[in-house]
Amino acid sequence: MKTQQRLLVAAAAAALALGAGTAAAAKMYGPGVTDTEIKIGNTNPYSGPASAYGTIGKGIAAYFKMVNDNGGVNGRKIDFISLDDGYSPPKTVEQMRKLVEEERVLLDFQSLGTPTNTAIHKYMNAKKVPQLFVATGAGAWNDPKHFPWTMGWQPSYPGEAEIYAAYLLKNKPDAKVGILYQNDDYGKDYLNGFLKGLGKHAKKMVVAKESYEVTDPTVDSQIIKLKDSGADTFFNITTPKFAAQAIRAAYDTGWKPLQFLNNVSASIGSVLKPAGEDKSVGLITTAYIKDATDPQWNDDADMKAWNEWMDKYNPGADKTNSNYVYAYAVSYTMTEVLKRAGNDLTRKHIMYVASHLKDLKVPLLLPGITITTSPTDFAPIQCEQLAKFDGQKWVLFGDVICPK
Amino acid sequence: MDQFLQQTFSGLAFGGIYACVALAVVMIYQATDHLNFAQGEMAMFSTFIAYSLLHHGLPYWWAFLLALAISFVGGVLVERIVVRPVEGTGVLNEVIVFIGLLAIFNSMAGWIWDYTIKPFPSPFPKHVPFGITFVGPHEFGVIGVTLVVLAAVFLFLRLTPVGLAMRAAAQNPDSARLVGIRVGWMLALGWGLAAAIGAVAGIMVAPIVFLEPNMMQGILLYGFAGALLGGISNPVGAVVGGFVVGVLENLVGTYVPFIGSQLKLSVALVLIVTVLVFRPSGLFGYVVVKRV
Amino acid sequence: MAESKPDTRRLAALASGARLSRSQVLGLVLALAGAVVLPSFISDYRAFQYTMVLIYAIAVLGLNILTGYNGQFSLGHAAFYAIGAYTAAIMMEQWGIAYYWTLPVAGIVCLVVGFLFGLPALRLEGLYLALATFALSVATPQLLKYDPISPWTGGVQGVTITKPDPPFGLQISQDRWLYYFALAVLIVMFVCAWNLLRGRTGRALKAIRDNPIAASAMGVNTALYKSLTFGVSALYTGVAGALGAIAIQFVAPDTFNFYLSVTFLVGVVIGGLASIPGAIFGGLVIVFIPNFAEQVSKAAPWAIYGVFLILFMYFMPTGIWGFIRLLYARFTRGRLATGTPRATHTETAATNAKRRNA
Repeated sequence: MKTQQRLLVAAAAAALALGAGTAAAAKMYGPGVTDTEIKIGNTNPYSGPASAYGTIGKGIAAYFKMVNDNGGVNGRKIDFISLDDGYSPPKTVEQMRKLVEEERVLLDFQSLGTPTNTAIHKYMNAKKVPQLFVATGAGAWNDPKHFPWTMGWQPSYPGEAEIYAAYLLKNKPDAKVGILYQNDDYGKDYLNGFLKGLGKHAKKMVVAKESYEVTDPTVDSQIIKLKDSGADTFFNITTPKFAAQAIRAAYDTGWKPLQFLNNVSASIGSVLKPAGEDKSVGLITTAYIKDATDPQWNDDADMKAWNEWMDKYNPGADKTNSNYVYAYAVSYTMTEVLKRAGNDLTRKHIMYVASHLKDLKVPLLLPGITITTSPTDFAPIQCEQLAKFDGQKWVLFGDVICPK
Repeated sequence: MDQFLQQTFSGLAFGGIYACVALAVVMIYQATDHLNFAQGEMAMFSTFIAYSLLHHGLPYWWAFLLALAISFVGGVLVERIVVRPVEGTGVLNEVIVFIGLLAIFNSMAGWIWDYTIKPFPSPFPKHVPFGITFVGPHEFGVIGVTLVVLAAVFLFLRLTPVGLAMRAAAQNPDSARLVGIRVGWMLALGWGLAAAIGAVAGIMVAPIVFLEPNMMQGILLYGFAGALLGGISNPVGAVVGGFVVGVLENLVGTYVPFIGSQLKLSVALVLIVTVLVFRPSGLFGYVVVKRV
Repeated sequence: MAESKPDTRRLAALASGARLSRSQVLGLVLALAGAVVLPSFISDYRAFQYTMVLIYAIAVLGLNILTGYNGQFSLGHAAFYAIGAYTAAIMMEQWGIAYYWTLPVAGIVCLVVGFLFGLPALRLEGLYLALATFALSVATPQLLKYDPISPWTGGVQGVTITKPDPPFGLQISQDRWLYYFALAVLIVMFVCAWNLLRGRTGRALKAIRDNPIAASAMGVNTALYKSLTFGVSALYTGVAGALGAIAIQFVAPDTFNFYLSVTFLVGVVIGGLASIPGAIFGGLVIVFIPNFAEQVSKAAPWAIYGVFLILFMYFMPTGIWGFIRLLYARFTRGRLATGTPRATHTETAATNAKRRNA
């Protein structure tokens, strides 16, 4: 009797399990998820020295608003909770703990900054909360073996610097390089990547390195020093405000080197226009995203959609500010991951989906650049293309370069 | 030699900005005995006002003068409305109020005009007179403007009855009151003037560093240092101090070997503090002798 | 009827803060009890927040000893906080030493550094001292990032610290354990400060603050006291820094900047100048007012914060603790109110300000 009962129960259980195996029926929710909403957390510098990047947070909020207005993701609206951390790591720790432990968000999306994300790196992985698509290019985010819950999005800073190094080695191997870098981990990441890319030639080629602090009013003094070192090539590792100052100073002091500008400050509206477009001619950078001011994309369907989104959801915002393009593209990626997760919205499954993207086409990425991830590759975008400024727009040249 | 001259002149150009800020700081100090931490943010806010005026189509010098006038009135109002209630309650209470003002001005500027950098035009002609090549046209203009403002302030304080009244009100309020000077309004006037001078500093500096809410913070640091180095009780000293700080920082960064730019700020400050240890009232300040 | 001679001594003791009145003891016991049971009712995240309150309270007390009780204006305490934090970080991560040893070491290192800084600072008064300390604040991040010492300090990347586990296999979370640990440290340090400040040392410090010339005429060794006070003040802030590093588990050079020093000062003044309980309120203010401001206005939170600061100064010029004492005195009219602490004076500023009340 008993055995029969047991067999019946087992059979019933098996049947249920099989039935539950069909994707649509199974609803598995992590924290912050209900039938009607998904809670996503974020920290951004809305105040303090890095507040210029706060537009990214605003852009993301606007994108999710558009998604929600169109019915949400699989019927669920996105509740995007973004807190100000003022670019201060202790504050980031506090805010992230609040998001994870009090607000009970499902995941952390696009928290901005290298030191800020470093501060919560261990915590997020210990608590097994996805730290997805962080807004920084530091090399440390691509380490799935030790930090399986953290993933970047944009091409890494060292990777970008290596592209410049490779270009120099190929096209101007006798260059004398002067480097200006911000004295923090973002600046050092680029610097070290560049030196590594030059390899044994670094000692001979790099003739001067000057740093500056975010609290410095100007970098004119450093530019004078770099010019005086006899460098004929300039690697400009600066954030927007200082980039504009450096570009203008390099021109005004009569230096006019071959100049590489880090992608972080490649926005025409925020950097090159203030610096002076005539003074920025010949600048080289890498690009992975379309430039909204480039007329060659005027008829591009994605760019048109972006313009409509800007008009409707960011009225009055500056369209030449590339942060809005970035925000659109990365929010698309997040929405796509959520969509593909279907009804299994556990943290584990989200990470699974995020780490199994193959050639995902994201609007506004340059043609030929797609997102690919795998359990051993947590760097979604790795390919970039070189571009040169002609006085009006960034002109792409060469092939799309992907690291081996 | 060439780099030495370039660094020196670049230092002087920036020193001009520091000197202008130092002057505003001294102005308020002479009137109230306190360092106004919000000076930089007020100057930045004034510059944004000028920026808005320019964008509404006003020609440069009209926008400049109007911004100055608005800043003056603003300074007076801030003193009368915000600072007055805490006057006399202690140095630190006033410092906290200044910090509060700093936060308010900075945050409001960011809210109204956002944080992306904006270019600001320079009013000076495109080439430097006398064929000087070490310093750009704008930087040259800045040095000139600073000296003009300094002269104006000096003449005002020394030669006009109002200036005399202000100095009297600051140095000996009780006696001043006995003579019929309205001490409270002298304070307000001091704040207004300081705000106007700060606006000049901001408008001069914006073309070089680009306009954004955080633009004055690094500069204010140096402005204070310059004011204190020169002697907080002496406008001329403050201006000299500002210039010295500018040049010193550049030269230290360039010529002190193992330090380079990584520590130039620290070293410059250490030097200033060392000077103060030997001359506690600054290079040109009056020595306050305390009577028992 | 019988309240006369024996009570004079008691009243004097109460007035100078040397003894606690019955109601003060009661208040203290209640506060302590509250602090001890608090973690049981709140989440780990809140326990972490309150740990930060305690940590900042210790730092604020350190600054208060220097500025409130001794009249030396310091804008440089972020440097001592940083030294304490990095001491803890280096000891724990580079040398594998247990977290509780980092506190006394941080304290001693800061005591020495503070004292050494206090010596040349003796020549500087008021504003000039402010500038010197401000220079210290501004220089600190640069010094921490200096390449040659980055193998120890972690350079621009900073150092990540592992969170300590509760000892003896106690079944509480790491956050709760840290809270109790910080609370214990706070109690010890506050009692020491109270002891220090209520006796001759305290009187000497206040004398130097109020009238340095008279004090030295009376035989107080101003120079020694002032430098030592700098050292002790730095010690407190350094211990707080070490605790802070352990709680946040991360130290990065750019966080220890001038604005941190200003934050401490805000805590001192709004909490209550020259008062020990004021430090606790200072800690509460530092942690909670910015959060509150953000809730009031997402768009311009620091403007709200600034407005709060100004309003506090209008309505509570003697700080929160001073305000509480005022209220208490009002409620218990007739009984001894031990007087509100005076605001810090620098010689010229105070007299001029008073005279200038227009």
